[in-house]
Amino acid sequence: MGKTLFEKIWESHVVVERQSGPSLIYVDRHLIHEVTSPQAFDGLRLNNRKVRRPDLTIATMDHNVPTNDRSLPILDQTSAIQIQTLEKNCRDFGIKLFDINSPNQGIVHVIGPQLGITLPGSTIVCGDSHTSTHGAFGALALGIGTSDVEHVLASQTLWLEKPMPFEIRIEGKRKNPHAVTAKDIILSVIKYIGTGGGTGTVIEYRGDGITDLSMEQRMTICNMSIEAGARAGLIAPDEKTYDYLRHREYTPKNYESLVDSWRNNLKTDHDAKFGKQFLLHIDDIAPQVSWGTNPGMTCDVTDAVPSPDEFSKGDPNQKKGAQKALDYMNLKPGTHIEDIKIDRVFIGSCTNARLEDLIEASKVIKGQKISPHVRAMVVPGSQMVKKQAEEMGLDKIFIDANFEWREAGCSMCLGMNPDILSPGERCASTSNRNFEGRQGTGGRTHLVSPVMAAAAAIKGHFVDVRKMDLS
Amino acid sequence: MESFKKVASMITPLDKVNVDTDQIIPKQFLKLIQKSGFGKFLFFDWRYDEHENKRPDFVLNDSRYANSKILVAGDNFGCGSSREHAVWALLDYGFSVIIAPSFADIFFSNCFKNGILPISLDEKTVEKLQKETNPIEVDLEKQTITTPSEKIFFNIDPHKKKILLEGLDDIAQTLQYEDKITEFEKNSGIPPILIND
Repeated sequence: MGKTLFEKIWESHVVVERQSGPSLIYVDRHLIHEVTSPQAFDGLRLNNRKVRRPDLTIATMDHNVPTNDRSLPILDQTSAIQIQTLEKNCRDFGIKLFDINSPNQGIVHVIGPQLGITLPGSTIVCGDSHTSTHGAFGALALGIGTSDVEHVLASQTLWLEKPMPFEIRIEGKRKNPHAVTAKDIILSVIKYIGTGGGTGTVIEYRGDGITDLSMEQRMTICNMSIEAGARAGLIAPDEKTYDYLRHREYTPKNYESLVDSWRNNLKTDHDAKFGKQFLLHIDDIAPQVSWGTNPGMTCDVTDAVPSPDEFSKGDPNQKKGAQKALDYMNLKPGTHIEDIKIDRVFIGSCTNARLEDLIEASKVIKGQKISPHVRAMVVPGSQMVKKQAEEMGLDKIFIDANFEWREAGCSMCLGMNPDILSPGERCASTSNRNFEGRQGTGGRTHLVSPVMAAAAAIKGHFVDVRKMDLS
Repeated sequence: MESFKKVASMITPLDKVNVDTDQIIPKQFLKLIQKSGFGKFLFFDWRYDEHENKRPDFVLNDSRYANSKILVAGDNFGCGSSREHAVWALLDYGFSVIIAPSFADIFFSNCFKNGILPISLDEKTVEKLQKETNPIEVDLEKQTITTPSEKIFFNIDPHKKKILLEGLDDIAQTLQYEDKITEFEKNSGIPPILIND
């Protein structure tokens, strides 16, 4: 019987296999950031251990860095200490760090691919659940906790239970691909399979609806695999993948010979079996807007907020969850999504802050002003994205429309830095989680695509971006 | 890590599904660089109002459960962010067993690295346990939960059971495979990151 792409990558990374239980898996790339690493380095010191492979490890600071003027000191003392701690740890253990002043600084899942550090067929880990993003390149990319960060630093390996391969097939052609985006595809998937639908699995996204996507759009898809509970999500590499990585700063010297072997090996065999399957036709899908407090609580922009009964389909626990979500979001069932007014707009995060996202959003707002009651910001995913956008003049389009144009970081996706919502504020956000308080205590998050966020900024409420001229 | 044997206490019922790690430990408390001291921030936004007064309707503020070591929650517990701070907060607060119909993968794995036993049971049994007002006993060795009225068996991977029972240092175990790791590296198809400076 044939094998899935996931199984091939898994098998080529097994160091130790036992009769039962977890296998010891080798890690090719370890990405580090300031929030989930300090306790891991402490553990190394305590046990007198060193970093086994600093040459497979890189670090950056993204989660708590301010996104305003970088020449100013960091005012929040605990953030400053966390950043200094990462600097010291990287110095002490010989790890390459893209610090706050580096032109390569940015969200770890944006810079990995941009620098050619992410490679097809590799295993990649990071102490961050959105590590699944790198799966867009045909890598097995896993988010891990801090104990595992320490384990990888010390041994370059991880004990892992083998997940089940899960095929998600996306088929069809979107009628308006500028208005209905990769974000709408993945939100639709999560709406149907639920936030626990992928638990214990590695998703492989397949079908013409996936191969049609650009690399940046594929990253948006794989990024949100974790929101369906999956251990990882991946997409088989193709010529788009190889082209994207070809001339990057850290592209390996023997890249072309690597590509030759990837072309032969990195695909799911036609007779491979998946443990689970799901099919989505995307010809007629609409832009998506989340209405609740997890990413599965999502509907079409043309819909109304569902009642807890409609949403739960008879499950009393889901019904309770939906009622609680509506209370938190201060929404009534039956309210049309387009009638929901917003206070804030956030275009950013490892889901949707790459150059293509900013280009698409800029088309919506070009020559217009945001609604007077809305405060809106763009936080590019990396300094490199910011620079490229500025070279194209996108910063001017956003600033002219009264958006704030910021420095790179995770920012208001999780609100660890000063970029947060005030209690009760409602935000159209291109990020990945609408959990209670995620963007600030009492804040209300609606997940949308960059073009939907841009359209909401202009109108002051949600609007079906398909009605707008995006030429 | 301390070895885990038996835990006997009242349960704390947390009657919610999809409890995410952002709720277990909100982001404003992720800036600490130690593993200790997170217990006071556990479920912070549910425990305290905007003036940091205790919310009387939240279960952790109910004095009946003050010394509970066993949390019984809804489906898909620990979803979302990989932050191990969530497990550190539960542990520091005093919980050493979490029972739910299912757990998110990363959270589940993080529990075992810190001496917390996550037990998944079918939904009906979990609902019954949530209503249990007498102390119950969780015995890892025998894989049993004993209530005044019944004995419930639970499953656990034998490798994970051993780690908890013996309080093993995961990394020390792995480093015994040093020769295998070195052997693997000789044949690895993925080159190092070429850092020039």
